[in-house]
Amino acid sequence: MMLTIKDLHARVEDKVILKGLNLEVKPGEVHAIMGPNGAGKSTLGYVMSGRDGYELVSGSIEMNGDDLMELEIEERAQKGLFLAFQYPVEIPGVSNMEFMKESVNAMRKARGEEALTAAEFLKMAKEACKQVNLPLDFLKRGVNEGFSGGEKKRNEIMQLILLKPALAILDESDSGLDIDALKVVADGVNSQRDGKRSFIVVTHYQRLLDFIEPDYVHILSDGVIVKSGGPELAKEVESTGYAWLGKPVESEEAGA
Amino acid sequence: MSEQIEKAIARKYDAGFVSEIESDTFPPGLDEDVIRRISEMKNEPEWMLEWRLQAYRAWLKMEEPDWAHLGYERIDYQSISYYSAPKSMKDKPKSLDEVDPELIRTYEKLGIPLHEQKMLAGVAVDAVFDSVSVVTTFREKLEEAGVIFCPISEAIQKYPELVKKYIGSVVPKGDNFFAALNCAVFTDGSFVYIPKGVRCPMELSTYFRINELNTGQFERTLIVADEGSHVSYLEGCTAPQRDENQLHAAVVELVALDDAEIKYSTVQNWYPGDENGKGGIYNFVTKRGIAHKNSKISWTQVETGSAITWKYPSCILKGDNSVGEFYSVALTRGRQQADTGTKMIHLGKNTKSTIVSKGISAGHSSNAYRGLVKMGPGADGARNHTECDSLLIGDKCAAHTFPYIESSNPSAIVEHEATTSKVSDDQMFLCKQRGLDAEKAVSMIVNGFCKEVFKELPMEFAVEAGKLLEISLEGSVG
Repeated sequence: MMLTIKDLHARVEDKVILKGLNLEVKPGEVHAIMGPNGAGKSTLGYVMSGRDGYELVSGSIEMNGDDLMELEIEERAQKGLFLAFQYPVEIPGVSNMEFMKESVNAMRKARGEEALTAAEFLKMAKEACKQVNLPLDFLKRGVNEGFSGGEKKRNEIMQLILLKPALAILDESDSGLDIDALKVVADGVNSQRDGKRSFIVVTHYQRLLDFIEPDYVHILSDGVIVKSGGPELAKEVESTGYAWLGKPVESEEAGA
Repeated sequence: MSEQIEKAIARKYDAGFVSEIESDTFPPGLDEDVIRRISEMKNEPEWMLEWRLQAYRAWLKMEEPDWAHLGYERIDYQSISYYSAPKSMKDKPKSLDEVDPELIRTYEKLGIPLHEQKMLAGVAVDAVFDSVSVVTTFREKLEEAGVIFCPISEAIQKYPELVKKYIGSVVPKGDNFFAALNCAVFTDGSFVYIPKGVRCPMELSTYFRINELNTGQFERTLIVADEGSHVSYLEGCTAPQRDENQLHAAVVELVALDDAEIKYSTVQNWYPGDENGKGGIYNFVTKRGIAHKNSKISWTQVETGSAITWKYPSCILKGDNSVGEFYSVALTRGRQQADTGTKMIHLGKNTKSTIVSKGISAGHSSNAYRGLVKMGPGADGARNHTECDSLLIGDKCAAHTFPYIESSNPSAIVEHEATTSKVSDDQMFLCKQRGLDAEKAVSMIVNGFCKEVFKELPMEFAVEAGKLLEISLEGSVG
């Protein structure tokens, strides 16, 4: 099993957001998690990756047999957990190239592999850059510095392509994208599907799932999965919305 | 997260060892006799001694300045020894083979090999240990180009006309309290003369090491770039880890004649004191350059050490079209205090200056930028651009900015930008999610913040400065 989440309860400050979430993901599967704002979609990704302030109350998360809660943030990442951010932060003065080279080499080091030389890395990075349709000078620019919303999202996918994680969580990677950018993001993700690597696609809208076809769709509401099904469930949400959940929709997801 | 950042920046000071070297050290205390003895040790001509004594008499009448944003116990100038030299240097070794191997080992440990074949190609070094210069490398090669690079004590004897003409011409004897003290008791330092039209074939550098206990280091550097010449110079400094504070009061004078260019870089890593602020170097330094017609003076500094830094490398833009630049990174942590910046004095027409200051404060430290931009009445069309950025790490440190602008010319343009930012939890989370540990994350974010300044350093030293910052930020996470 790639991922096993059992009866997960988690809170942000005093507020319990996840209230008994269960999820199993096998290698090679793509799971979509949909739901209204405030359901706990982003919280799930943050708890899994270990962000400060997102606290486990009870339950467990295992990835490839490792208890994630026992590991530091960077150790989880080194074991192959990747989070594509909804709002990627800027790191002024640190070039994308430098940042990603350090990142790729930190992962390689953790696996006991030799670091890539600058030339080896540059070759890889140029290809990844082309794949997400970003001009090569993006490698020289500061991490997310002055990028448009769409460029930031594509940059996250470029990182995904370079790091080749075992399990990637895409946190609303479609928000704010026009249809062309959406296709680029989807193509990037699809290129990484190889029957072994798994994906959790978190989204509010069904649109992205037209391009990244999920194996399973889960509807998250008020911190629990209320319904699971195949890709057809996403279509259903598209036509009926989330009103059938019968819960008041909260304004903004806490901490997102 | 901020606790981890705090840990990540816990500093290890690699240069804190003491060398076992027998020295001739004056007993603590300062009076005219001490100055006479320093002058005598250096075999100086009468005019030099007279100059020192005049400075001393002026100093006696001066008050220690207290306007800087610094807090420290008053310095007892009678408790300091004003001269210390390794015994082995007394007979003036003719070549490196005659130099005490322990001295050579000291510099090797600091990463400064003094054997020419082991050195970075293209860098000549003057190694100053306490009060004397140990060796100056590549002198013959430089002499072929007509470049003079030697200890200032030697220059006073060999090139008295040059020294007499320029010493004190940029920083006069009575300029300020610490400069006057330096004029009275300076012991060694470097002298550089680049002849007309010569582009110095190598990077020049001086490496200052304080070793002896309770000794002050008062070095003096004078660089004269004659018309149309060009030179790039770098100084580095370290000292042992000791519980007592030690005083370092240096003077650097730069003279760029018409069409000349001087690039002066500093990587300052004096012992900063321990976590609780015990020990460390008091660094009170006066650096100033005068730029004649169409010339350019560029100061770049990376300040990571010292308990106290009081330093304002300045440019007097006297000639028309002359250019002054100041690029600075000052990192303070623990209980370190820095009050540093620059003065750009625009006198000539169409003079230009650029100031880029990056202050990084962590721990309980305090980091202040203090800068003056002055546009004289003759500075038609002069321009200044100042950019002043502070980065805070943690929530117990402080950053201050004190810009002073005086303009007496309506056609002059002065621009000032300032920002303050923090290493954010979001940035740390992004880095760690991409597999980097806290130390690497902090050093990468800080390096990114300093990039604009690092790119001004000579290439060999840019790498070194980045590494130094990394060591400074190295800690015990994990």
